[in-house]
Formats: sequence, C-alpha cells, structure tokens
Amino acid sequence: MQNICLYFQVHQPMRLKPYRFFNIGSEHNYFDDQSNREILNKVAQKCYLPTNALLLKMIKQNPQFKVSFSLSGIVIDQLELYQPEVIESFKLLAKTGNVEFLAETYAHSLASVKSFDEFKYQVELHSAKIQELFNQKPTTFRNTELIYADYIAQWVQKLGFKTILTEGADKFLQWQSPNFLYKSEAAPSLNLLLKNYRLSDDIAFRFSDKNWSEAPLNAEKYNTWLNNIDSSHQIVNLFMDYETFGEHQWEDTGIFEFLETLPQLVIESNKFTFITPSEAEINHTAVNNLSIPYTISWADSERDLSAWLGNPYQNDTFDKLYSLEEKMKLVSDEKLKKDWLYLQTSDHFYYMCTKHYDDGAVHKYFNPFGNPFDAYIVFTNVLTDFENRINEHLKIEAQPIADISGCINHFKNFLPKGYTI
Amino acid sequence: MSKKTKVLMFGWEFPPEISGGLGTACYGLVSGLIENNVDVLFVVPKLFGKEDTQKFRLVNAMETEVDFGSEKFRKNIQKAQHLQINSNILPYVSPEEYEKPTQFSFDKISEYGENFKTKFSFNGGYGKDLLEEVSKYALVAMQIAADNDFDIIHAHDWLTYPAAIMAKEISGKPLVVHVHATEFDRSGEHVNQAVYDMERRGVHAADRVICVSRLTRRIVINRYGVDPSKVFVVHNAVEPREKKVYPEKALKDKKIVTFLGRITFQKGPDYFVEAAKKVLEKMPDVHFVMAGKGDMYLGLVERVAQLKISNRFHFTGFLNHFETNNLYGMSDIYIMPSVSEPFGITPLEAMRTGVPVIISKQSGVSEVLENAIKIDFWDVDALANCIIGLLEYPELAKKLAEEGAKEVENMKWEYSALRINEVYNDVLYK
Repeated sequence: MQNICLYFQVHQPMRLKPYRFFNIGSEHNYFDDQSNREILNKVAQKCYLPTNALLLKMIKQNPQFKVSFSLSGIVIDQLELYQPEVIESFKLLAKTGNVEFLAETYAHSLASVKSFDEFKYQVELHSAKIQELFNQKPTTFRNTELIYADYIAQWVQKLGFKTILTEGADKFLQWQSPNFLYKSEAAPSLNLLLKNYRLSDDIAFRFSDKNWSEAPLNAEKYNTWLNNIDSSHQIVNLFMDYETFGEHQWEDTGIFEFLETLPQLVIESNKFTFITPSEAEINHTAVNNLSIPYTISWADSERDLSAWLGNPYQNDTFDKLYSLEEKMKLVSDEKLKKDWLYLQTSDHFYYMCTKHYDDGAVHKYFNPFGNPFDAYIVFTNVLTDFENRINEHLKIEAQPIADISGCINHFKNFLPKGYTI
Repeated sequence: MSKKTKVLMFGWEFPPEISGGLGTACYGLVSGLIENNVDVLFVVPKLFGKEDTQKFRLVNAMETEVDFGSEKFRKNIQKAQHLQINSNILPYVSPEEYEKPTQFSFDKISEYGENFKTKFSFNGGYGKDLLEEVSKYALVAMQIAADNDFDIIHAHDWLTYPAAIMAKEISGKPLVVHVHATEFDRSGEHVNQAVYDMERRGVHAADRVICVSRLTRRIVINRYGVDPSKVFVVHNAVEPREKKVYPEKALKDKKIVTFLGRITFQKGPDYFVEAAKKVLEKMPDVHFVMAGKGDMYLGLVERVAQLKISNRFHFTGFLNHFETNNLYGMSDIYIMPSVSEPFGITPLEAMRTGVPVIISKQSGVSEVLENAIKIDFWDVDALANCIIGLLEYPELAKKLAEEGAKEVENMKWEYSALRINEVYNDVLYK
C-alpha cells in the first residue's frame, strides 16, 4: 500500500516593535505585544480553531485519517498567553492517537546553522514542552524551514530521533523522486522524508491562483493526480504551513471543502493510506542513502539559506546575536533567557531579506517593517540593549582598550591653540 | 538713524516646519534684525500654522491672490521669461472668469482678460515640484512687492532669487542676496545647471551679496564671477541654549559620538562611518549615532553591516526638534565632517549644549571657532585619532566643552544682524 503523509507547520513569530536608538537602555520589552496578540487572535479565528475542529471531526468519521503537526515553541508560548483554547483543541487531536507531534527548535531558530549546543538546548526544551502538552515524546524531527545538511542529520541522530523531514529539492534529488523513503548517508539510522514540493505547493501556494493553468483546483482533480502516481512509489509527503487553511488561502476559496473532501476520496480510491512520519519505516524499506553536503531549505526558488543569511544585514546581525551565546550559557535570569530565544526566531532575519525578484513579494507580505533596512536597524538597536543587559547581569566590565599611544601622538597635532595634554 | 529700515525678505522655510539649516538661520537673522530696530516682512511659500506670528510679520505666498490684470505685471511677465522659470504652471484657485484656463501660461497672459486673478498652491519643502514652486513663488512675489512698502529686498538662497528679482523689477528697490550654500557645496563638481544658472542670475542681479563665510565668498567670487567689492561676509550665530532638562541618556555610561545632518555627499557622513570603524578597533565600547536621512542613507546602512559594527553604530532617522536636543544632550563628542560646508550651525548647537566638537576645515564655521578640533574631511585617521584622544583625555574634552560653550554664547544673531544692517545702510545711503 502506498502512503500519504500530511504534515502542517504551526508558527507565529514574536515580532519586534519599532525599537529606536532612544529606547536603548530604558526600554527592555522588545516585542510588539499588541500586534502579536492581534495577529494570533486573527489566525486562531481564521485557521487554527476551525481547522482543528474540522480535522477532529474527520478523524472521528474516518479512523484511517492521520495528520502530523509541528508547533514552534514561540507559537505555543503565544497561544498559552492569548488563545489557550487552541492548545486545548490540539490536545483533543492528540488524544485521538491519529496525530503525531514533531520536534523542532523551540525558537523556530537557525541554531542548526551555528551551534550544536544551542540547537540541542532548544530541541530538548521543545520536546519537553510537547511531552508536557500532548503526552507524546517526539521521535521525528523537522528543522526550521526544513533546513537540512548531512551534519544536521548527524546532530539529529545524536539527539535520538528516528526520522527527519526535509525539502525534496531538485538540485540534490536530480532524477530521483521524493516519493520514497530514504536514509541519511551521514547518519545511517535516520529516515529521511522528502517534501513533494510540487503537490504540496499546489495546495499551499497555488490553490486560489486564478492565473494558474490548473485553476480552479478541487479535491477530485487533485485525487486524480494522486492516483496517477506510479504504483512503485512509496509515500507522498505533503508538507505545508498550517496557516494555508483559512489564512493564506481564505475560507471563500473553498480550501476547507478541499481539506474535508480530499481524504474521503483518497480513502475511497483505495490506493493510498494516511500515515504519520514515524510510521514510514514500518511500512517501507529505504531505497537509497542520500548525502546532502550543503545546506538546503524549503524557502524561495533557491531552496537554500539565502532568505535568512544572504546579505550583509542578515550576516552581521546573525553573527552578532550568536556572539552572545557563550555569555548566555552563564545567564540565570529568566527574562533574558526568554528574550534570547525569541530573538533567535528565523523570521527576524527573513524580514531583512533584500531579494528583489519573485520571492521578494512573499517577503514583503510577511514583513511588519515594510522594508529590510528598518528591520535591520530595529534588530541592531534591540541587540545593543540586550547585550548591555547581559553584561550588566553578568557584571562584565568594559572591554579593554588597545594600545593607542600612536593615536594620541597624532591627536596632539590637532589640539586647538592653548590646549595641551 | 531715525528712519526704520523696512525689508522685504524672501525665505523658503521658517521654524518650526524646517528641514535644514536655512530655516534656522532665517529665524535667527530676522530675530536679530528686529532687535536692531529693522522692520522685516518675511515671505515664505507656505505657512504651516505653528509659526510665531506675534513676533514676526510673516507673509504666506499661498494666500496671496495675484492680479494678472494689471499692466505692470504683464510687462514684467515678459521679463520673467528671461528668468527661465517654468512657463506652464497650474493655478491653485480657479479664476472667476467664465473661460477659465486650465493651465496658466506666460505666453497667453494677454488672452486671460482684465480680471484674471489667482492664487498658487505650494507644498513647501524640497519635493519633486521644486522648480515649479520656485517659478510660482516668483509670480506671487510681484504682487507682494506691489502691495507692500519697503526700502530693500533681501533673499535667502537660490530658491528665492527669481522671486526677489521680480520684486526688484516691480519696485525698483535694491536687492541683497544672502548665500547660505552654493550648488558647488551641495553637489561637488556635478552641479545642476538650472540651479547654478539661477544662483548666478541672483548674485549678479543683486546690489550686495552676503555670504555666510569667507569660504563661500571665495566661491561666489571665483565660481560665479561676482565683483568682490559687493560681496560681504556675515557669519551665522546660534540661539542661546534652551533651558531644558535632558532625559536619561540612552546607553547610560557608554561614550556616544554623534553625527547629525542630512546624509548626503556634502556632509561627509561616509568619513564618519569609516572613522567609527577605526575607533572601534582600538576602543570597542564606544557608540556612534548617525541622525538624519538623505540619499546616502541606505548605502551607509549597508556599509555599517559590511563593517559589522551595527552593535556600536546606530541610525536614528530624521529627528524632531526635541529629539535633536535630546541627542546633543547625551553626546560626548559631536562631529561635522562636511566636505563643503558654507557655514554649519550644528556644531554651535552642540557646543552650547556643552559638547566638544570636531569639525572639518572645509566648513565656514571653522573660520570663527577657536575651541574646536579641526581636521580635513578626508583625513579619516585624523578624525578617528581625535575621537580617541578626546575620549582618552576627559579633562581636555571637558575644557574644550566649557570654553566652547562660552565661545558660542558670544555668537549672537543680534551681532550678525548688526553686520547685515551695515550692508543695508551701505546700499541705501552710500
């Protein structure tokens, strides 16, 4: 039997307020609480609550139907604060036994690009939170934006995970199909599930695109495509943002009808069954080991890190942020620790992206600052204050001054009349 | 002198709605002239409503209805065409006439009939319609000159020169033009020809030219070919320090080095960024602030990112009056690295707040200041080492700040105005 694996990403960043130079030293709350609350409430009403209710109903009607989620720690924190009923509805889904919750970095961060220690800390923090809320110990890992490379597979294996999700990017798959179970060449016990980006993005990005040649898309048409998939293929991985349902694709596009109808049609066709990521290895034997020596992601047409770490603004702030890591290991203050997490969220770097072709439009849509330069300046101001707070907390003295005797000799030439040193 | 001199003065902006030093200087000069018993009628394209109309006699060009029926105007319109001001511009209030033109044109002025009257709208400031606004301002100036009684015309910078020339044509009164900046300061060698031409016509039409520094006087004589005997220098001044308590310093105990001004070629902001990098290599905890906006802004934001000094270099964007004073108040050193600065009032503002300053030798203000450190704008090493020196020797910095504050206390607009009044008398009674 062939399988379909549905996985939805749930994440909302803690957006920064327009923090100015004059705020440094006196204002230590960096986040735009009001706008974050409003956005979360809106997304909860349009997407999380109705879609959770729909999925629960579907699972009860059809015990074969299964889905999986990854909730970032950042969205969990915000839901607990502003929308606890959304957490409750996820708990109801967890209790059905048909829903798998995946592990990720708590802060939806790019720690995997920089530091194993920080990566491990955040993954363990997140797994503990998932266990606490849903009574499941995650065995499948998905990295922020599906960022993946051989070394990340090794890290993830080391942390005890059995399976990892990533992008089925053409540039490394080449002639191979994403519709198979693979193993990691670098971490041989780790199962690799690859996103079928074409079929996933047909729903996530193109569902309501009137200019698309396949428009309008409905469940019948989509099911035909699934049924046309070669019977030798093992698994179709449909990975997408959960906000696709009701938020990116509004209710009036028919996205909810699509979500409700498609699984019924799939089950009736008797070709595919639904599984969650951890079940893949039970049903299938890996066809190949894959090595991906460079870093890939699910973002933009490049499928690389350039959306977050592709220009001087991003590289500068990213390095500045992680230069604080060693100091943060010594910090005991809870507020500082929380800010440290929230500042690592990948979205802050995404807002600084300056790519100006097709992908630029998506970036702009999600950018609360309107332009990457303001996003950069706000982040640097925040980081300056944050660093000062860490130094104060750890009682770190000012940095030593280098030898300036040559500078002073030069300076003497410029003293106004009547001035001496 | 028993008779009060009456001046018709043309400006482009007036506080509090200003975007640069010109408005500040005009405010100071007019205040100083009033103290010197001179009667000033100050014209601006647009009043924003917050101006001090108790103290100043202000004329809003936007509210002035121009009567094109008068024979005198029609004759002078022909002259206006020689000023190369735009010949087709939109009137603000439609004329009462039955056949109202949709576009006002000099060429068709005779067709508009006897009772053609209109007002013109202005945005003020320095938007993309600037040249058109300059032209409209010149038309309105004719009416203002015809309606008012005055002895002399005084115009500040090229934007007002066409207006002042028209006023001179209408009234026959002598003209003084005041050069606060030239196109060579703003654009280096890449001058805008239209602006240069207007400046040239202005300084040549003038009976006397006042420059804000010897530096500017040299430019006016050498680059614009003006007879040196009619070009005078009157240095700018600064308003006394406002009695204000400055709020707590951002960054508390950290040292702050500040640049404040338009982020454009003329102001040399790039030298400030490069110097910051050099200072930070030696003194890693110093903070640099760049306040303002301009066409070099984004390029410098990127440069700061490339240099990886964003945790010590902060951009504030454009600051209002209160924030500007606030920033001076928390600064340890103020830098003005201008490539070409006719005068430069901001160092005086910093000094009156008790901040030591480093200024470029290529600034007019460096001609008059004694308690300031002076460097060549291009000498980034000197700039960096002077910053390091002042931070390393706080007693020296303190003395510079204290003596500097005393020095600028004696640079009053009243004294500048006295010199201007001498120029008026020179042209009126000589």
